[in-house]
Formats: sequence, structure tokens, C-alpha cells
Amino acid sequence: MAYSVPGLAIEAIGLHKRYGSTVALDGFDLAVPEGTVCGLLGPNGAGKTTAVRIFATLLRLDEGVARVAGLDVASQAREVRFRIGLTGQNDAVDEILTGRQNLETFGRLFHLSPRAARRRADELLERFGLADVARKQVKTYSGGMRRRLDLSASFILAPRVLFLDEPTTGQDPRNRNEVWDAIRSFVTEGTTVLLTTHYLDEADQLADQISVIDRGRVIADGTPEELKARVGGSQVDVVVSMEALPVAALALERVCGSVTVDDDRRRITGPAHEPVPTLEAALRALDDVGVVAEDVALRRPTLDEVFLSLTGEAVAA
Amino acid sequence: MIWAIRDTWTITRRDLIQWVVTPWRVVGELAFPIMFVLLFGYVFGSGMRVPGGGDYIDFLLPGLFVMTMAFGIGNTMTVVATDVERGVMDRFRSMPMTPSAVVTGRCTADMLNSAAGLAITIACGLVVGWEWHEGLARAGLAVAFLLLLRFACLWVGIWLGLMVGSPEAAGAVWGLLFPITMITSAFVAPELMPGWLGTVAEWNPLSSTVTATRELFGNGDAAGSWIASHAVLMAVVWPVVLSAIFFPLSVRRFQRLSR
Repeated sequence: MAYSVPGLAIEAIGLHKRYGSTVALDGFDLAVPEGTVCGLLGPNGAGKTTAVRIFATLLRLDEGVARVAGLDVASQAREVRFRIGLTGQNDAVDEILTGRQNLETFGRLFHLSPRAARRRADELLERFGLADVARKQVKTYSGGMRRRLDLSASFILAPRVLFLDEPTTGQDPRNRNEVWDAIRSFVTEGTTVLLTTHYLDEADQLADQISVIDRGRVIADGTPEELKARVGGSQVDVVVSMEALPVAALALERVCGSVTVDDDRRRITGPAHEPVPTLEAALRALDDVGVVAEDVALRRPTLDEVFLSLTGEAVAA
Repeated sequence: MIWAIRDTWTITRRDLIQWVVTPWRVVGELAFPIMFVLLFGYVFGSGMRVPGGGDYIDFLLPGLFVMTMAFGIGNTMTVVATDVERGVMDRFRSMPMTPSAVVTGRCTADMLNSAAGLAITIACGLVVGWEWHEGLARAGLAVAFLLLLRFACLWVGIWLGLMVGSPEAAGAVWGLLFPITMITSAFVAPELMPGWLGTVAEWNPLSSTVTATRELFGNGDAAGSWIASHAVLMAVVWPVVLSAIFFPLSVRRFQRLSR
């Protein structure tokens, strides 16, 4: 069973990992094609971090086979380490050193020559918008700047595979966007990214493929769209003026069967059993009662709704 | 092999740069021994008695040298715990560097820091009138004993740092450990302590180095009990025993990070 599929950046077959009596991974399988972003989605304690630590050669596995960039993580750990980058939940940088000194140190530990390490540090600082603060101590950096420095440290060798363990946990929305942009820029250079998150919108924003993990195994996978389609039930959203809200709600109820009205947003939402015909019927019904919609949308269920229906429990947002 | 040395140097360098970036740390490190010399030499020292009636400053300085080495446990522990908590240790372990360089680099950096700290304390001592009386060779041997003790403290610090895993916890553990470094012959002769406490102080590994360096610097002999009259031997035995216990414990703890 220990085969290697060409074109796969990450491959896991039947991973098992126990800590004492706690089972962290229980038959975990994963296949991530090169150059894609895979989101590992699951609640805390589902085994996401354990899986990443095994792929990043930090943790020995009990059973199974794990390959990264075609190399076995157990027997070829050193070769794997030349081809990966890791950004964990904390900013693994030295507060007292400057941003540039941090990247230089890591560059030299990646066995670049002192000159090459300096040049690479400057390149990355420029690229991640840290050139202005390159010579300032990291403890003066904002949260988003630290995160970007941490990300650039894992990108020193332009790794084939990048592991990001909850890269935006505890970051404010602006920092999250900055981090997302940085991650997207890695992917354009052909790096494969494995991203763990419990933020559904993060997986939705970044991932080509999502594996939903619960109790140490993958319980569903596919593109975000496929996962949403699995739960089915598109929704039609209509926004109308305040005065028209009651009339429009009645008209739409006749089309959709049932609706929910959000007074604050002046939005009416109803299930669209056959997406496009339902949308057309809804617009005709509004027209019949003389209401002009301000906004109309047909939307898939959110990943929150997907996760809820797959596991029967909500994800802490 | 060549990479093991280069990686060790890179990790050491990371630590040494900190001194350049934060000059106040140098000031702090300078102020510490000066403060201790003043506090113990003059504030407490005015009420201190030396058995046999020697000079208290002469008696005190070897004790302060040993304290400077013992405080290294706290420094090492805090740095290691910080690296573990921030995930720096994980990052190092996911990189193609020589794994042992994390430890050998720490080792080199801490030994250099402590050697500098010791040099400053010795300089302070010379300023307030402390002297070595037995020639440079024996004084050099005393310094070697002090550094040997620091080497043992290194492994205690690394092991504790890996165990506690956060700088806050390291601070708490050091708070508990601190009195142990005081129950020694560093400041007060054990024969002046209550009987049982005197025995504990005499058998404290730090005391053997205190007594041995006192002898070698010519700052007074402690006679009497077996442990005191074999201080030079025990100043080698204790650090070797401590290293023999805590080096394998540290290695095992380090390996357990991947379990």
C-alpha cells in the first residue's frame, strides 16, 4: 500500500496517532495535488494540528504512510525539511532581533550562505511590505506585521509545500486579509499549501479543496462548492424597501413555501428548491404585487451550515 | 559535521546579536554584580562574621562568583521556555539544520554570557579590594571550576525550560529554586547556621565550588567536615554528577517533543 502517486504534494494513507489513551488521528487519509490549497477544516481537538505536525516531521506517527513532496516523512525527514515551510499558531520569531536579523538567521539555518541569506531576507521583507521596518525590533511590530514576518520565514527556500496551522487565529479582519493575500501570492509560485482552520470563511476564501476532519479522520472532502452542494438547498435573498417588506414577504412565501424576514437588513430569505426557476418565479411574483427589488441573490449555504449538517455540531467561530 | 558547527554558530550568533541590539541588557548585567557586591559586602557584610576572623569581602566574592554561575539556571530556563512557547523550537525542528545545534548553540551562547558575567563580577571584586593570593595559575583553576559549574547548570536549565514550556512558569520555578542557591556557604559560613541547616548548606553542590574556589583564590579555608575538606574533589564531582543526570534527561525531553 506504500505507493506514491505522481502529482501529489501531500499524501497520507491510514494515519494513526495516539497520545496515551487519547486517539488524535484514527485512519486519516489525505491527497493534495501539487500547486493547490487544501483546507483542513474541523473543530478544536479534531486532529488538524496533529496531522500538520506529522507532515512537518515534528511528530512520529504510530501507523500509516505520510509523504510530502513524494518523500516519506518518517524515513526521509531531512530531505522533507528542505522542501517545506511551517507557520504555526504562534509567531515563531525572536522579539528582540530585527525583522531582517530574524530572516537572516533562519536563512543561514536553511544553509544559505551569509550573503544569500541577507539577499533573501531583503527580498522577502520587500515583498511582504516589511521593508520599512526591516531594521526595527520585532517587538515594535503590529500583530499583522509579525504574522507576515513569520510567513516569510517559512518561505525562505520557496518551499514545495507550506503548512499553515491556523494562520489567522486571533488576528483582526484587516490582518487576516493581509495574511490571505500573502498566502495567495505563495500559491501563484507553485507552492502547495495545507491550511488548517476553524474559520469557515477562511477555507472558503483560500482553499481549492476542503477536507472536513472530525475525531481524527476525514469525514468529507471536495471543493467548497461541492461541499455546499452536498447539503443542497440554495437560498434566494431579496432586499426591498421597508414599506414593501410585508407585501413582498407574502408574495415570496407563495413561491418558496416559507420565508424568513430580516427586518434590519430589509432582507427576505427563502429556500430555492430549483435555483434558477425559483429565482425567476420570485421576481415575477414581486412584479405582480408591484414591488421593485433593490437586490436579489441566489446563494449556496455557507460552510457553517455544511459543517453543522456533516457533524451535527457547530464550529466555534 | 561542518554544518553542525555552522548551525551552532548561527544559533549562538542569534543570541549574541541580542546584546548588540539591547545595550540596556549589558547595563543590567553590569549592575547586577555591582549591586550584589554593595548589598552583601557593605549592607549585610557590616553584620557578618567570618570564622577565623578573615576579611568578609575576601570571604564573600567567591560566593558571589558561584551565585553568578547558579543564576545561569534561571537565564537558560527562561530562554528555552520562551523558544518552546513561541514555536521557535518547532520551527527549528522543521528545518534542515543539524538538530543538535539547537542545544549546542544554546550551550555556547550561555557559556559566553556567563563568562562575561563572571569577568564583570571579578572586576567588581577587584575594585572593592578583593584579591587572589595564590598566584594566577590557581586563580585560573578556580575560574575553570566556576565554568564547570555553569556547564552543569546549563543542563539543569535546559531540562527545566523544556519541562515548564512557558517563560511565566519558568519565572515561578526559578522563584522556588532561588532559595536553594542561597542555602550555601556563599554568604555565611555553614558552621554559623543552625546545625541541620549548616549540614544542608555544606552538602549543597554549590557550596563545594564556593569552598574550593575560596581555597584556590586564597580567600580562606573551610575545615572540619569531610565535605568541606574535600571541596576541590567535590567541585569536580558535583558538576559531573549533575551533568550526568540532566544531560540525558534533556536529550530525552527533547526527543519526546516528537512523540
